[in-house]
Amino acid sequence: MDLQTTIYIFVGLSFALYIGIAVWARAGSTSEFYAAGGSVHPVTNGMATAADWMSAASFISMAGLISNMGYGGGLFLMGWTGGYVLLAMLLAPYLRKFGKFTVPQFIGDRFYSKSASTVAVVCLLVASLTYIIGQMTGVGIAFSRFLGVSSDTGIYVGMAIVFAYAVFGGMKGITYTQVAQYIVLILAYTVPAVFISLQLTGNPIPQLGLGSNLAGQDVSLLSKLDQVVTELGFGKYTTSLPGSTLNMFMYTMSLMIGTAGLPHVIMRFFTVPSVKDARSSAGWALVFIAILYTTAPAVAAMAKTNLIRTITPGVVMQNADPFGAESAIKYEARPDWMKRWETTGLLKFQDKNGDGRIQYYNDKTKDKAVLDKAAAAGWKGNELDVNADIIVLANPEIALLPNWVIALVAAGGLAAALSTAAGLLMAISSAVSHDLVKGVFNPNISEKNELLAGKVSMAVAILVAGYLGLNPPGFAAGTVALAFGIAASSLFPAIMMGIFSKKMNKEGAMAGMLAGLFFTLFYVFAHKGIFFIKGTEYLGLIGGANSLFGITPEAIGAVGAMVNFGVAFLVDKFTKEPPAHIQAMVEAVRVPRGSKAVTGAH
Amino acid sequence: MKEDKSSHAYWKATLGLLTKILIIWFAVSFGAGILFVDLFNKISLGGYPLGFWFAHQGSIYIFITPRRWATLIVGSTCMKTEG
Repeated sequence: MDLQTTIYIFVGLSFALYIGIAVWARAGSTSEFYAAGGSVHPVTNGMATAADWMSAASFISMAGLISNMGYGGGLFLMGWTGGYVLLAMLLAPYLRKFGKFTVPQFIGDRFYSKSASTVAVVCLLVASLTYIIGQMTGVGIAFSRFLGVSSDTGIYVGMAIVFAYAVFGGMKGITYTQVAQYIVLILAYTVPAVFISLQLTGNPIPQLGLGSNLAGQDVSLLSKLDQVVTELGFGKYTTSLPGSTLNMFMYTMSLMIGTAGLPHVIMRFFTVPSVKDARSSAGWALVFIAILYTTAPAVAAMAKTNLIRTITPGVVMQNADPFGAESAIKYEARPDWMKRWETTGLLKFQDKNGDGRIQYYNDKTKDKAVLDKAAAAGWKGNELDVNADIIVLANPEIALLPNWVIALVAAGGLAAALSTAAGLLMAISSAVSHDLVKGVFNPNISEKNELLAGKVSMAVAILVAGYLGLNPPGFAAGTVALAFGIAASSLFPAIMMGIFSKKMNKEGAMAGMLAGLFFTLFYVFAHKGIFFIKGTEYLGLIGGANSLFGITPEAIGAVGAMVNFGVAFLVDKFTKEPPAHIQAMVEAVRVPRGSKAVTGAH
Repeated sequence: MKEDKSSHAYWKATLGLLTKILIIWFAVSFGAGILFVDLFNKISLGGYPLGFWFAHQGSIYIFITPRRWATLIVGSTCMKTEG
């Protein structure tokens, strides 16, 4: 059977499964629509959370970025898993105990103010929308490969499918479909990794393979990779930093606290019956996520190794000189997977020196020796442009694995792309219909109209995200990192202070959220354009790129959070303290007594 | 009043536990994986430089573990009082 047919069959089967489950568990009333009636087992919920989490960004994009970044890519790994520790330990149990559906409801109650809740809705919407832009980039890539079309067309198709999926499902449908998706996508991630690890190192466990010697040689995979990439002018794989240690620190911190502030993940903890279950569900989610996150670095390093082996056969395994006249493959003789990805526009070749061969190296390196060697070999610049976001999907093809593995990865990629997008649309939909329309503008809205408002906001969100996804502000994982920065700087501090400070008042919380949000957006928009619209960047105003101690816009969320905390405590000091019943409420939440079922739907 | 006292004690115990977890959390990721990575890289673990291993593997393994024992401790207390 040819590859494309196999892919259609795998994707078709997996979708039949998800849709079957969604129809079977179709949502009825609003309270079921949003939180599946509060009755999902922690393990099930953990898997669904993991599927939510392992989005297009972590499944499709992350390993590709690590592949390019090397050691520095660890910030995604530590940031997104470490964020879970914070979420599970510091926030989830107490938020659950408050017995509210959504973050804005929590903020509104704890800070006894509709305005505080509205500010939280705004923060949540900005973060979620940015997040969806990243997801749509990933969705576009998955669909473009799947259908063999350009990445733009892929986004249009993806928008339609994601929308249909979220509107007709509801959370209950989504909880169980996401369990199915988790299983599909974890297999899709680990199976090729096992094959590749076996090929390269003879060790079937990728986590160990990454630390093993290359098959048939007594040199370790990592040190060989270090040597080869350094020869080609890329940063040394095991030590290359993203800018500086400070930037890496801030970037990691931003992802960690952003995780703890991101609404669609927090919402998951409202769907389990008790506080203990909320904690245990977060724990299970972390275990399920860790399977992917510990495999990712192996996928990254091995994909890089295999890419170099493809372009310059013999360099990795036979110690050939990458600058030798016969080292690089001829463009005409390129493998089929390159041709397939060329149709999506995400892999490009340009024969700069007209020798008909592919030269792949870092022509912007500061290493003079590399440039001299390249010049001596008649190279006129890097000729191969591989979009980092395609690495994971192309990985099994690069390693020449069997067709069914490639098909499995395609099915996993689509599952990943759809699951988070759907979860996020739910968060946006509930924020608009429940917190904004019902909570602020029209408290007497009928249940039917509330659902309608939710669906309309989903449609608007997906159109905006799709449009911006056509010209994304970065690679999928990078865009998602921006969303985390926004959540980190706005929502995380407010939630933290809401739980851990009895005296924090509404004025402080609101001023903090707004200050954190605006500070972060100001810095991000300076680099990426106002509302991510290309051409509206204002770098001049902040004194050039990364002007704040070399911190990149993806890492600024951590600084934004400090601004948030600082402003909040300052304002709190000069305004009156919260009423006694609020302080008593905070006190009550801290002890495990009489955790009530989730209320607030009606 | 008696109840108040026990809930204060509970909260204090919880905070103590959280602090310990946060210290581990910080030490394995920001400590071993970022700030002192060069130092740890001098040691190797199989084919891994140790600092690189912490950043790409070790911190994640450790993130799973303290959370587990914390569930055991805090979770069991929760169960007792929640009934």
